[in-house]
Amino acid sequence: MHLAYPAVLAVLLFCTGLYGVLARRNAILVLMSVELMLNAVNLNLVAFDVWLRDTLHSGQALTLFTIAIAAAEIGIGLAIVLAVYRNRGSSDIDRLRDTAETDDAETAGSTTNAEATS
Amino acid sequence: MHSVAPSVLAAAVADHPGFLSPTGVEIAFVLVGLTTLGAAVITVTTRQLVHAALWLVVALGGLAVEYLLLTAEFIAWVQVLIYVGSIVVLLLFGLMLTRAPIGRSPDADSGNRWIALGVALASAAALVWVVVDAFRTTWIDLEGPAQGSTAVTGAFLFRNWVLPFEALSVLLLAALVGAIVLSRKHDTDTAVRRDTAVRPDTAVRPDPAVRPAPDPADRRGKEEQS
Amino acid sequence: MTTTTLAALVPLLPFLGAVAGLALGRTAPGFVRPLAILPTLTAAVIAVIVAVRQGGGRAIDAATQLTPTGAVPIDLALHLDGFAVLVAVLVGLVATCVQLYSTAYLRDDARYPSYAALVSLFTSAMLLVVYSGDLMVLLVGWEIMGICSYFLVGHYWETPEARAASLKAFLVTKLGDVPFLIGLFALAADTGSFRITKILAAVTNGGLDHPTLIALLLLAGVAGKSAQFPLHTWLPDAMAGPTPVSALIHAATMVAAGIYFVARMLPVFAASGAALTVLAVMAAVTMIGSGLAALAQDDIKRVLAYSTIGQLGYMSGALAVADRGAAVFHLISHGAFKAVLFLAAGVVIHAAGTNSLAAMSRMGGLARRIPDAYWTMTVALLALAAIPPFAGFFSKEAVLVAAEHTALGDRTVAPAAAGWTILIAGLLAAVLTAAYATRLWLLAFRGRGAELPDHGKQPLAMTSVLWILAVPTIAFGLTAGAIGDWFDGHTLTPSLTTAVLSTGVGLVGGLVTYGAWRHTTALAARTPIGAVAAHPGAEPALVEAEAMTSHTAAYGTIADAPDPADPGRLLLGPLHRHAVTGFHLDALYTAVFVRPVQGAARLVRFLDRTVVDTYVNGSGAVTRLLGTAVRRAQTGNVQTYLSALLAGSLVLAIAAVVFANVNAGS
Repeated sequence: MHLAYPAVLAVLLFCTGLYGVLARRNAILVLMSVELMLNAVNLNLVAFDVWLRDTLHSGQALTLFTIAIAAAEIGIGLAIVLAVYRNRGSSDIDRLRDTAETDDAETAGSTTNAEATS
Repeated sequence: MHSVAPSVLAAAVADHPGFLSPTGVEIAFVLVGLTTLGAAVITVTTRQLVHAALWLVVALGGLAVEYLLLTAEFIAWVQVLIYVGSIVVLLLFGLMLTRAPIGRSPDADSGNRWIALGVALASAAALVWVVVDAFRTTWIDLEGPAQGSTAVTGAFLFRNWVLPFEALSVLLLAALVGAIVLSRKHDTDTAVRRDTAVRPDTAVRPDPAVRPAPDPADRRGKEEQS
Repeated sequence: MTTTTLAALVPLLPFLGAVAGLALGRTAPGFVRPLAILPTLTAAVIAVIVAVRQGGGRAIDAATQLTPTGAVPIDLALHLDGFAVLVAVLVGLVATCVQLYSTAYLRDDARYPSYAALVSLFTSAMLLVVYSGDLMVLLVGWEIMGICSYFLVGHYWETPEARAASLKAFLVTKLGDVPFLIGLFALAADTGSFRITKILAAVTNGGLDHPTLIALLLLAGVAGKSAQFPLHTWLPDAMAGPTPVSALIHAATMVAAGIYFVARMLPVFAASGAALTVLAVMAAVTMIGSGLAALAQDDIKRVLAYSTIGQLGYMSGALAVADRGAAVFHLISHGAFKAVLFLAAGVVIHAAGTNSLAAMSRMGGLARRIPDAYWTMTVALLALAAIPPFAGFFSKEAVLVAAEHTALGDRTVAPAAAGWTILIAGLLAAVLTAAYATRLWLLAFRGRGAELPDHGKQPLAMTSVLWILAVPTIAFGLTAGAIGDWFDGHTLTPSLTTAVLSTGVGLVGGLVTYGAWRHTTALAARTPIGAVAAHPGAEPALVEAEAMTSHTAAYGTIADAPDPADPGRLLLGPLHRHAVTGFHLDALYTAVFVRPVQGAARLVRFLDRTVVDTYVNGSGAVTRLLGTAVRRAQTGNVQTYLSALLAGSLVLAIAAVVFANVNAGS
């Protein structure tokens, strides 16, 4: 089998997951997209392992580890999303904008500047 | 199990057939791959959140079939067990716990979607170009003994990869504890008050889009009902 | 101890006293008075010893070099000739008297410690100038005197007059000091040394390439320091300082430094006939102008200030006819009697509660209340008017004799024209001097009117020094025959012609003034004038400060009073209006110098505030604008951040691949 088939499929899956991470609003959907990206990587690992016929089978071992870590990640991620939801009443990522530059900060800065100049 | 040097493989490249005369495995792989890709695309685009989780099942299952086609059967079963069996269930629970709307929700995608689409397409184009350019003629020899059977996997995993395996179990334990700590509800009302008191920004920044946090007792009651 | 060591101690002791006074002034107030008086007194005693040891013989020279200073060496050098030791005695005597006087005059002043230390520092600097054998070291003392004068004139800095006067004194003297410094460098460049002895030797051998230029540059500094026309305007205003400061700085020592410098460097000036002529004209204008101005002043201290300018004009005149013996002789006698005059004026101001002669002429019994000041001031005014046998007569005679000899061609060092100028101007000035001395005495002590509340007996420290200084005022002139050895060895005795002439014109001036006073004094009762400050228990300085402030408030100007009973007004006629303001020189300077400088300052301010600041503010505003623009990207949306991050890394990755391929292909 051509290596190009699994490799291209992995690329396309990865980019699909990328789109999901960047575009989805719900945090749980973002987590799903992350799973897609992880699986794309797994596919790559398996395909290259089979192609190289590695004695240690490091590709397959790493795939297993990745699956385990993905499980852990989804558990922690869901816990965080739940905590955020409990605090904010929402799990929409684009509404969690505490790091934004707000008008409050801007007006406060301008008033201090005005005091400094006056 | 024998290792073949890439140079030898490169020498054997000329023997295998080209893209226009695919083998049966290849046809199966492409068909399943298209299904998988389609399911994945639906997963990231559908407006119904629960459907997204279900389409994710299809995509992950398709990937399990691909693993089988690549002779990595143990990984395929693990994929089915862990991803399809547990992770998707976890995600569905998460959706329910955060009261995701059932049915079509008009705002499943954020305003960032066109930028995201551009970035994703550009990445896809670049990566496909690079990958195809690099592995156009590379051939995977699937003949010979299966490389991912349970016996083989058990052998290399517990012969060569024991220490990382154990370390991973510790990591899983830590993740378990962390998840419990994070998702645990605060027992008393004083703890809640302290929690809100140390984060006054949540109170002073009114956002009309954000629904007010439900009363802890009220929420507990509802969750018990569900 | 050798004479050299003693001489080195003379400037050093007051300096140490000043340092100690400044250091201990706040922590140990009890030591301030001893620290002020004792070093100065010791220095005066040592100066007398040095003078006796030197004895008018050959000059003593000693020099040590601390560090190499390049092409022209600078030495710590002493040059003790007859002039130096005698002037040092005068400085020591007057400084000691002034320190004694100040302990009473400023007894309650909060700034007395710094005042006393500055007076000590000033004394030290003057003694350094007197003894120094190196022009650079002399310049150090010269400039320290300038800055001390600035601080001391501004002692009452709460009053605007004192602030303006101190600034004016500093700036005007600096205006002269800049050419002075250039002149010193030119002199050193021509002769290759800053040592006075070497310079004089070089001049004698004709080693001076630009005598006129150097002499004129140096003359500018001398005119500033010694208050000669046209740089004299700071001295009358400097009377805003305390009276002892006026006595020390503006009568006996600092203004004498310029004259003393010319006397010491006379061969340099004598090498240029043009410089001597310029000096003669300068001296003549100064003598007559200051005499007229003194006749019109209302403030008793301003009268004395203008008289100081006039007497300094006599000294300049003596130098213009190249007779430094006469100049320094007059310097010493004038230092003595002018110190008496100023210190007595301080007593008078305290007792009268005003510094206005117009107000004093309307109060009776002033002479009876302060007999010490009355008698010593009478003696000193007689000396000022050059009435025999007081000191001023002999010293002024010496000047006039020298001028006469030059005019008649007996002495050929200086041009005859300079001699005639000085002789005629000196005689005219003698009339004016006698006139304003008489006017001062009549108005101050012969006033008629109500007696004012007494300030009590004057402190002993103030009255005793008057008598101490009265001794040389009376007797110093009589030694004219004996001390010729100190003054280049030539005779200082008066000649009959000039003696009769000058005494005659002096008597005429005095009598005319008396007549005018008799004529006008009847008017005094009709126009009551008087603003009097009375603080029976307070220190005298307080009264003086208040009197100065109230003078401007009461009469509108610091110099004048609208008093029809003033004999000066009658004598001067239409000239009075101009004489009061010092012939409008201040207005002229304001128009020529002050306004353009202020305009330039405004221009610079405009350029700085409007033009330069626009760029500075503009760069700030642009940065702020960019910051605001960049801040808009901070939406808080993590997905946007991540998109941008990935897009960027994608571009980088593609670029890397493309460039790798391009490089591999090439």
